[in-house]
Amino acid sequence: MAGINWFKYSSPQTFYPLAGKMAPWFYAAAVVLAVTGLYISFFVAPTDATQGEVYRVIFIHVGAAWMSMFIYVVMAFWAAIGLSFNARLSSMMASALAPTGALMAFIALWTGSFWGKPTWGTWWVWDARLTSELILLFLYIGFLSLQAAIEDPRRADRAGAVIALVGVINVPIIYFSVQWWSTLHQGASVSMTANQHMAATMLWGMLIMALAFWMYSIAAALTRVRSIILERERNADWVRALPEVQSRELQT
Amino acid sequence: MNWGSWSAFWDMGGRAFYVWGAYGVTAVCIVLEIAALRARRRKARLDLKRRIAAEKS
Repeated sequence: MAGINWFKYSSPQTFYPLAGKMAPWFYAAAVVLAVTGLYISFFVAPTDATQGEVYRVIFIHVGAAWMSMFIYVVMAFWAAIGLSFNARLSSMMASALAPTGALMAFIALWTGSFWGKPTWGTWWVWDARLTSELILLFLYIGFLSLQAAIEDPRRADRAGAVIALVGVINVPIIYFSVQWWSTLHQGASVSMTANQHMAATMLWGMLIMALAFWMYSIAAALTRVRSIILERERNADWVRALPEVQSRELQT
Repeated sequence: MNWGSWSAFWDMGGRAFYVWGAYGVTAVCIVLEIAALRARRRKARLDLKRRIAAEKS
């Protein structure tokens, strides 16, 4: 770590071009992983002995559910740093993560529902796992609408940080809900016990798809934080000197 | 290889609605987010250009 001034990257001015350079690589990694993961999901992983083909929803469901929880923790972390050190870029990072986290929570709920109906006979039950994941989606929506309702960005940062930090208690509740309460939601490995080979290809498909969601989420957050920087630092000289802002034509 | 034909693949063992309903909506969500990201960046740049132009005139 010596020789790198990490504080340098905590300024929007240095992070903006860095994020711009990194985002395409994360998009590319997401595409490569998604293509590989989808190939394994549909053409390598065999039919499940008990659930048939519908279990293939697992390959997107688990990755999206993991990311919905992980993004929330990362968002709360940046919000806390932003709150305690008055670091603007950290707060912007938290705001940039929230929409993608909400999307992941929605995908987890939607795919779970489409998996649940044919497999367990219902689109929805108010059990611990499903309810706490729904609360996670509402926390993201609450964070976003609160920030949208407050004019002053720094006050919006602080208010958002409070929601993010209070809500973080929900993440371990989601994670451990299947152990703490009896629920309709299956444990992670229930359908993967048939034999060693099956377990391996299903697990690989799941992990590679989860990595694809991970890389995509980073790319999306980096792209969004660049827009947030442009919006919030609009009076800064360095923003006004950017070539993408300077070019004459208004249509690009 | 799991599927004898493409129609067997699309049929998903009779669970096509559920499997493709899950995958399809996920794909739509991601496409919409990417479109929203592009629109937001475009709007941020346009706003800045307008401000700069307005101040110069």
